[in-house]
Amino acid sequence: MNKIFKILMPVLAFLSTTSISAAQETSSLDAQINAGFAAATGWFVNFIFAPFPGTSFPWIVMWLVIAASVFSLYFVFVQFRLFGHAISLVKGDYSDPNDAGEVSHFQALATALSGTVGLGNIAGVAVAVGIGGPGATFWMILAGLLGMASKFTECTLGVKYRNEYEDGTVSGGPMYYISKGFTERGLPCGKFLAILFSVFCILGALGGGNMFQANQAHAQIAGIFGDYPGWITGLIFAGVVFAVIVGGIKSIANVTEKVVPFMGILYVGAALVILIMNADQIGWAFGQIFEGAFTGLGIAGGFVGALIQGFKRAAFSNEAGVGSAAIAHSAVRTKEPVTEGVVSLLEPFIDTVVICTMTALVIIITGQLTINPETGNYIVEGGTIVTATGASGVALTSAAFASAFDWFPYVLAVAVVLFAFSTMLSWSYYGLKAWTYMFGESKGAELTFKIIFCIFIVIGAAASLGPVIDFSDAAIFAMAVVNITGLYFLMPIVKRELNSYMARLKSGEIKKFSGEAGKSAAE
Amino acid sequence: MSAKLIVGLDGTESGNRALAYATKLANLIGGCELLVVYVIEWSPYTFQTAEENSQRHKRREEETKMAMERIIDPAVASLKADDLNARGIVRHGDVAELIDAVAVEEKAEQIIVARSSEGGFVKRVFGTATANLVMHASVPVTVVG
Repeated sequence: MNKIFKILMPVLAFLSTTSISAAQETSSLDAQINAGFAAATGWFVNFIFAPFPGTSFPWIVMWLVIAASVFSLYFVFVQFRLFGHAISLVKGDYSDPNDAGEVSHFQALATALSGTVGLGNIAGVAVAVGIGGPGATFWMILAGLLGMASKFTECTLGVKYRNEYEDGTVSGGPMYYISKGFTERGLPCGKFLAILFSVFCILGALGGGNMFQANQAHAQIAGIFGDYPGWITGLIFAGVVFAVIVGGIKSIANVTEKVVPFMGILYVGAALVILIMNADQIGWAFGQIFEGAFTGLGIAGGFVGALIQGFKRAAFSNEAGVGSAAIAHSAVRTKEPVTEGVVSLLEPFIDTVVICTMTALVIIITGQLTINPETGNYIVEGGTIVTATGASGVALTSAAFASAFDWFPYVLAVAVVLFAFSTMLSWSYYGLKAWTYMFGESKGAELTFKIIFCIFIVIGAAASLGPVIDFSDAAIFAMAVVNITGLYFLMPIVKRELNSYMARLKSGEIKKFSGEAGKSAAE
Repeated sequence: MSAKLIVGLDGTESGNRALAYATKLANLIGGCELLVVYVIEWSPYTFQTAEENSQRHKRREEETKMAMERIIDPAVASLKADDLNARGIVRHGDVAELIDAVAVEEKAEQIIVARSSEGGFVKRVFGTATANLVMHASVPVTVVG
């Protein structure tokens, strides 16, 4: 025994020395990637999030909210008028049985939701209430409700102006409707804006749709197994994503697409149980939300701080006005583009008004945000509210759920990793469509983008959160700058489509199919 | 006026038994029209990736074409070889629901299907397409063993 020990000692000593130096090298590699990344993207982030002169209000947030308000007014609050009709469409009441086997409204909605429901609902909301207080929730809900109109506008156009190829595949999204729609209306610069959107979409896909996800997934895994270099997680994720998007291994994507909705239901279910357990406090929580929305309850920046956080996180979570959903929704087979627009307005509702609000309520009700008993205001240090466990971001949501179910952080960690993976798959597609719009629909162009996408997963997992989250937000919001510009010019077309559809719906020309059997196309 | 019989196929050996029985029955009755139906199991409530959605129309066409070539066309050809009046259709959706819907739509006298080829877990939990058809059919159903 002693002999074996003597032989093993030098080997173990050598291994421990090499592993320490390897760890130092990898941490310096992480630091180098991080510093280089921050230096390369700082100017872009500063421009997108520049505040109005003399205020702390980023112009981009106002840009999104004004657009959502304009669309809400222009379409006479379509999100409330047609909410019931949206549910009928998703149920398939108006689906022609002849189209059975095509992408259904439900499937298009579920696919788009799997791209948006994820970290924004878990980490983003925690950041919003951690900085903006409970009042941020009010502004988040308001932004979600208004955002439904933006989503309606962009998804209607997405279906109307998509490209249908001879082989039966489709490509759609802002780049297609901006270029085709502008040409149709005789407006200049359509092609330029479409390319500009594509550039931002690729950056958004690599940022928020990729690096942010990889980064947060690594943080979750490291939280469970202990800290280790981010590039290792990055390489594993990149390998799996590569297997799906390049290798065409559908089984991984299929499993993810089935597990993710289940995780979403489990998350909402657990939140509901916690809310029911604390039913007596729901009134108080909403009181805090309303009071905080207009007074700030002592948070940094007052109610404006709450408003900025609420609007910002809602936009990042539901992506209304960003244009990404228009790419996902354009695959549906429908003769009426308006129907897909109507269905898509459910997306910000489910994502923001339901799921984000659940997260916020759980954080508030479980007492994660500390209150000064003398003033009734929240205790703020360094611009953020002091939390019961000192946690922020995903960890804050995790702590809130753990206060009711101690096993929940493990479920949440799995959910975050799966959400991150599913969001990456969705955004790899959005980015790919923008890429092929610019470089042509060829196998070579597709493969180039897919490899770049996988490389960015490793960079995202290795970089520290600060520069990554800033760049992710900036790239996604930059898409909204171009997309909304296009929507303003094209909204009369949507209005015409909507009026025509509503008139035919009213006259009975468009009727329900439910219960009727159709004829086969293959007869 | 001729009697119309619906034959539901599932692409397996048991489907062929249903076809053989339908041929026999049609010859006994005489002057029958046979409609061969194949349903591709599909639900509008499944979850798919964005890429799958963008290719769905193409896949659907391929699925329909393949089902016509591999299942329907040979079955119709064999019926026609026996001097019977036959045609075939392919649809996407719930098997039991659609075979019944076709029977109603075509004003068929009878549906002929084989005993289900499903097994294991699915059969225990959801029942078989044949059992569901028998329970909900609007016209008489003959199940061939």
